[in-house]
Amino acid sequence: MTDRPQLAAVSGATPAGAAPEILSEAPRSQWADAWDQFRHHRGAMAGLFCFVSIILFVTVGPWLWGVDPGALDTRNRFAAPSLAHPMGTMQLGQDVMAQVMFGGRISLAVGLVAMAITLLLGTLIGVLAGFFRSLDGILMRLTDLFLALPVLPLLLVIIMLFREPLSQRFGTEAGIFILMVSVIGITSWMPVARIVRGDILAIKEREFILAARSIGTPPRRLILLHILPNVLSPIMVSGTLAVANAIITESALSYLGLGFPSDFPTWGKILIDAVQYTERAPWMVIFPGVLISLTVLSVNYMGDGMRDALDPRIRGR
Amino acid sequence: MVTYIIRRLILAVPALIFISFIIFMIVKLSPADPTANLPLTIPPEVREQIRESLGVNEPLVGQYLRWARMMFITEPLIMLEDALCSAPRLPDRSMPDGCWQMVPPDTSRIISYQTRSPVFDLIAISLPQTLWVVGTSYIIGILIGMPLGIVSAYKQYSLVDQGATFFSMVGFSIPTFFTGTMAIIIFSVWTPTDAWWWLPSSYDTTHVVEDWDSFVFQLQQMVMPMMVLGLYNAAQISRYMRASMLDNLQQDYVRTARAKGMGEGTVVLKHVLRNSLIPVVTVIALNVPAVFGGALITEQVFRVNGIGYQLIQAIRGADVPMVQTISFIFAVLVVMFNLIADVLYGILDPRIRYD
Repeated sequence: MTDRPQLAAVSGATPAGAAPEILSEAPRSQWADAWDQFRHHRGAMAGLFCFVSIILFVTVGPWLWGVDPGALDTRNRFAAPSLAHPMGTMQLGQDVMAQVMFGGRISLAVGLVAMAITLLLGTLIGVLAGFFRSLDGILMRLTDLFLALPVLPLLLVIIMLFREPLSQRFGTEAGIFILMVSVIGITSWMPVARIVRGDILAIKEREFILAARSIGTPPRRLILLHILPNVLSPIMVSGTLAVANAIITESALSYLGLGFPSDFPTWGKILIDAVQYTERAPWMVIFPGVLISLTVLSVNYMGDGMRDALDPRIRGR
Repeated sequence: MVTYIIRRLILAVPALIFISFIIFMIVKLSPADPTANLPLTIPPEVREQIRESLGVNEPLVGQYLRWARMMFITEPLIMLEDALCSAPRLPDRSMPDGCWQMVPPDTSRIISYQTRSPVFDLIAISLPQTLWVVGTSYIIGILIGMPLGIVSAYKQYSLVDQGATFFSMVGFSIPTFFTGTMAIIIFSVWTPTDAWWWLPSSYDTTHVVEDWDSFVFQLQQMVMPMMVLGLYNAAQISRYMRASMLDNLQQDYVRTARAKGMGEGTVVLKHVLRNSLIPVVTVIALNVPAVFGGALITEQVFRVNGIGYQLIQAIRGADVPMVQTISFIFAVLVVMFNLIADVLYGILDPRIRYD
């Protein structure tokens, strides 16, 4: 990676006048290189901008907008979007924008926490399987088995079964939140584990690992200091996919009536509750749906840009 | 190849049995009471008898073995009986004369708690709807996605490519329940009912095609579910197709073919496309179970009475046998299409040898 500028200068890929400049440049870190590449990916930058705006919309938004999402205004039922209600009102006069802001917090939180669980589980199992040969066989069979499980039906069944006990234990909202993120995490770690294992199998044979091993580095430090930083980029790309997947799964489950309760709405829940009023108030469906789609789209574009930026074979092309 | 297929089939058996055990246990451990939906006037001792007759109080392993026997032996035999016999069954469910009676007519079958009829009879009614919707939408996805992927790889970074990439990104990201709802808003709600482009918002599964008008209606009601699911599939397939074509277009054999003076059409459609199709075909096979899962939501949006719809109804009604059976069918689909994908890979790509 560090010899890239020289290579570029030697091969004459840059104009002759620019070559000395590149050579005199201060050494750059891998991340600065990646950011440079990422910045030139138009879709990724648009995605990043969009995603940051949505995060600001749901975190700072309620504070600026200052409307209680539960406030009823029965004289203004099903009001079309206007200045007072930029996204219209719902069946009891609740402001759609306030609802969507609060709902987005939960949807995004589910996406991010589920991603964290997915990456944690996937990386752990991938590292164990790739690094310790004795665990490889059994862990990969386990991965295959999980891949063969029918995810959506199983999610539905698990949520139906454990919703009550967990609600009683942690309260309705917290219980369902815990259930939702853990269930999504448990059913989506397999691709991450496979990618991580594959990469580790290749990295394990490289000379720097041999060197680290020969000076007596214990396995734990070997994994944390030498191997993990090298598989970080595929993990990050999987992370973006995991966020998108978790948000879609959560809203799909809410859509099927097995998500959060109506008084604790997420985007998916607002959408399904609004479907019966589509004829009178289509804005109740359109705004949460557009927000789900925009979030997933921007996250996917960011993942695309990240993959290009972190893959040294594509970089600079 | 044949030994490989046989070995994989034999290996699939323990996996399926294990999966069926997991599914059985997860569903069985549910706190749901099969008699909870019965009228409250039923006295407790009768309730207990009903539970007894459903076999809920037996030890779990015994229950699993009973279910497994019905699932793996009785039901396939009954299906075989029906397949071999052209005449319908007699009212007492025994076979008419001249047909082979493999299991006695009073053998216990997997019974739905909700309808008290055999689960497989219900699935046999609803499966064709799902296959119709899923099958046609997958074909539409392939028909749209493949040419799109080919063109956008051949004209990389052109306007067409950027448009196609954006389309596939959008199609990939928008959940089908939102596109479905939007389609209903636009084509059913906002469109006047007498306009030719008006489409019914729900799918009438009892509709029979007998003349031209009813055929048109059938087409009309299929358009929306098919297009919603089809566009989603097209987005995925075009992405794979593009990536695979790009990989192959840079290979040396393409330059050789051009150097020999072959026409651009021959090079792209014969040499590159054939080689690029190998990974795409396996991806298409691998994705089939996921498409069935996606159909679960589409069926809910358009009220198609398929197995996904049955599953949701069964989950809401705590219909344990139904949930177990449909979940297991999904698992069988996953395992089967994994096997098909691997075998296709071996057949299409002579460089891959499994022996």
